[in-house]
Amino acid sequence: MSETGILGFGAYIPKRRLQRAAIHAANKWFAPGLGGLAKGERAVANWDEDALTMAVEAARDCLTGVDRADVQGLTLASTTLPFADRLNAGVVKEALTLDDDVRAADATGSLRAGTSALLAALGSGLTQLCLAADLRKARPASEGELTQGDGAAALLVGRGEVIARVIATHGVTVDFVDHFRATGVDFDYGWESRWIRDEGYTKLLGGALRDALAKAEIAADTIDHAVIPISARGVAAGLAKKLGIRAEAVIDPLQANVGDTGAAHPLLLLVAALERAVPGQRILLAGFGQGVDVMVFETTDALARLPARRGVAGHLAARQEDGNYQRFLFHRGLLDMERGMRAELDQKQPGSTLYRHRKAVLGLVGGRCTETGTVQFPRSDISVNPNARAIGTQEDYPLAERPARIVTYTADSLSFSPDPPSYYGTIDFEGGGRLVTVFAEVGADDVEVGKPMRMVFRINAVDEQRDFIKYFWKATPADEGGQ
Amino acid sequence: MARGIKDKVAILGMGCARFGERWQDDADTLMVEAFEEAIADAGIETSQIDAAWLGVAFDAINIGPSGIPLSIALRLPNIGVTKVENYCASGTESFRGAVYAVASGAADIALAMGVEKLKDTGYGGLPVRSRGSTFDMVGVTGSAPGNFAQLAAAYRAKHGVGRDDLKRAMAHVSVKSHANGAKNPKAHLRNVVDIDTVLGAPMIAEPLGLFDCCGVSDGAACAIVTTPEIARALGKKDLVTIKALQVASSNGWELQQAGGWDGSYFHTTRVAAAKAYEEAGITRPREQIDLMEVHDCFSITELVTMEDLFVSKEGEGWKDVRDGFFDADGNIPCQIDGGLKCFGHPIGASGLRMIYENYLQLLGRAGDRQRKDPPAIALSHNLGGSPIQNVSAVAIVGLADA
Repeated sequence: MSETGILGFGAYIPKRRLQRAAIHAANKWFAPGLGGLAKGERAVANWDEDALTMAVEAARDCLTGVDRADVQGLTLASTTLPFADRLNAGVVKEALTLDDDVRAADATGSLRAGTSALLAALGSGLTQLCLAADLRKARPASEGELTQGDGAAALLVGRGEVIARVIATHGVTVDFVDHFRATGVDFDYGWESRWIRDEGYTKLLGGALRDALAKAEIAADTIDHAVIPISARGVAAGLAKKLGIRAEAVIDPLQANVGDTGAAHPLLLLVAALERAVPGQRILLAGFGQGVDVMVFETTDALARLPARRGVAGHLAARQEDGNYQRFLFHRGLLDMERGMRAELDQKQPGSTLYRHRKAVLGLVGGRCTETGTVQFPRSDISVNPNARAIGTQEDYPLAERPARIVTYTADSLSFSPDPPSYYGTIDFEGGGRLVTVFAEVGADDVEVGKPMRMVFRINAVDEQRDFIKYFWKATPADEGGQ
Repeated sequence: MARGIKDKVAILGMGCARFGERWQDDADTLMVEAFEEAIADAGIETSQIDAAWLGVAFDAINIGPSGIPLSIALRLPNIGVTKVENYCASGTESFRGAVYAVASGAADIALAMGVEKLKDTGYGGLPVRSRGSTFDMVGVTGSAPGNFAQLAAAYRAKHGVGRDDLKRAMAHVSVKSHANGAKNPKAHLRNVVDIDTVLGAPMIAEPLGLFDCCGVSDGAACAIVTTPEIARALGKKDLVTIKALQVASSNGWELQQAGGWDGSYFHTTRVAAAKAYEEAGITRPREQIDLMEVHDCFSITELVTMEDLFVSKEGEGWKDVRDGFFDADGNIPCQIDGGLKCFGHPIGASGLRMIYENYLQLLGRAGDRQRKDPPAIALSHNLGGSPIQNVSAVAIVGLADA
């Protein structure tokens, strides 16, 4: 019998981990009371990442070993989508080179958007990618700046050989405004934490969890992994205890090393739970935000056969300690640094040009000559191969998942880059194809001729006059992110 | 191969403005300055010029489109003026237009002007600009030093040259050009530097430091060409003729074909040089060329170009450089006028500035910097673009009877 559930998972956590002590050291003259939160580190997206690019990376991780033609739909859940009116999930679709006949939608409006999208996907009857990502933005010297983190998670759901079948779902909607952010506004406005704890977490969330378990007749002590994605200290453990869930079942909310990734957080922790689970275990998942989503899954034997991937564990391991709070502020647009005239280049993007080249630009699809096998980027009418003057013989050839090696490179201190120096160079793909591109997440010791690289989807440039974001692919050392 | 233009065209006169930060002057003034010298040297009237070519690379901050700015600046008598743009090879490209016009018989006397007014950019280095809406989506808008610096990593990897050995050889290139530029009254940079200054300079694009990069200057240079017969009829005795003029353009092979070009050399320069030698009848360039002006936009560019011109063996150019083979008193002086490095690099003028220096040297008119052994054959190499995609121009000029 074909069951509905989770077919695969993936995650993305940015490499840089900003030290909370560095944040507090800069702000304690103003906000000494935040000292209690100034421990550990939080994940910070680079200047060229946003919710959309992080979702693409999580999705690629999730699709390890999956035929992309099997994907019938995708949802991108986030409260920090880069575009208010341009289907963000549509950009993700192009980046993943999915077929044009997939359904795609953005889900937003609440930190519960990730779990709500997952609930909807499970009920859709389709093989769906459910992505959730947030690039959190908080005021300097706020609590959120310390407790939040950036990241993304991906789940492939549908029927078939599921790694976890869904055995219970439950949903509650109540306009409980613990915090809000109006459209077009940068920062949250939040209410008193004690009220949120008592009325929100204990009554609303706790009540929904109790009701969900009761309705499905699942004893709380049979839960092996409980995702209660609340970053406030002790809340998840306290709720578990009240409900009768075993203390060791509670999934670490990653507050010490990532931070609360918003709409992505429940799904990110679900990925962490799936990574530690073995077949035949029960996973409880909750999402909280103007109500509660609850799901209970039961892992299957297929979990053990899932191909290796980076996941949460791989990304946690691929960390770079970052003590540069000022760079973080600059990258979030919270510090107006002198960028020089070289930053004034007009980045206007003609819509018609992008549309014509959308496969090449967003999907890194090159061309392969059907007569000679020569691979090139971008494709062209006449092949680059000097030994075969073939015209009109090229077919699409996706390069994004191909391993590559550095042919040559530099570290450019003259060009404007929000993260200088700008590393870039030429890479050759295994099996053919050459690209000159920017290198992401590299330092002086990470580049050399012959070094293995892999591609990542990033912001290439921002048209600040018209608020348009230009995405493209960059190369990063192949060993980044484990596996 | 085509019959070529060897000895079909002679240089009647040349001129070159003082290069540098010409804060007081527009491009018009620079063009007039170069032209005044050239027309006096040619000994003709402006009305005798049949056609003109103008080489300029950056029109956004410069003189704008078309050949009209040259026609207005010199008040040319409503002749055809064509503007050419071929990256940093625009100067040689304008020369090619004029030389081809004379060689074809379509013009008796033709003028080539190269000019660039760069010091209105507002910052050092070349202006940042778009390469077109398609490129801008997928290409890297790197700086010029960033693009050329990549030669070094590939060269080191291919030839097993140590980081410090290559950096020192590159530094020798710049020390040599500063020593030469100091003797040139028209040069932008006239200071002598020592190797420690070069090695210790701030990094611009790894491994190129400040002194590995050429000056960005205002300037203009001009050539007036005609047939050897007309030149003699006008009373010229010592003639400098064009022996070869070749331009090679990338077709995307370096940029797109994996496993082909390895990043350590200029494919186009090798093509252009081979054709130019054939056109000029040169079979042993290391012995037959007396003087070279090459496109030393960056020290590493000059170094690998010595190999691409088949003067140094592949992988050994850095040793020739280090050993002084290209110094002013070496076997083949290279950049005896200071080069792009110190004479300066007003983009559209540079190719003509190189030919100007070779012309002066061949006629023994180079003053303090005159090569001791009188040269008979001189080569100039003018490159535009970046190593991975470029236009390479090679012009060989020599004494008419050489």
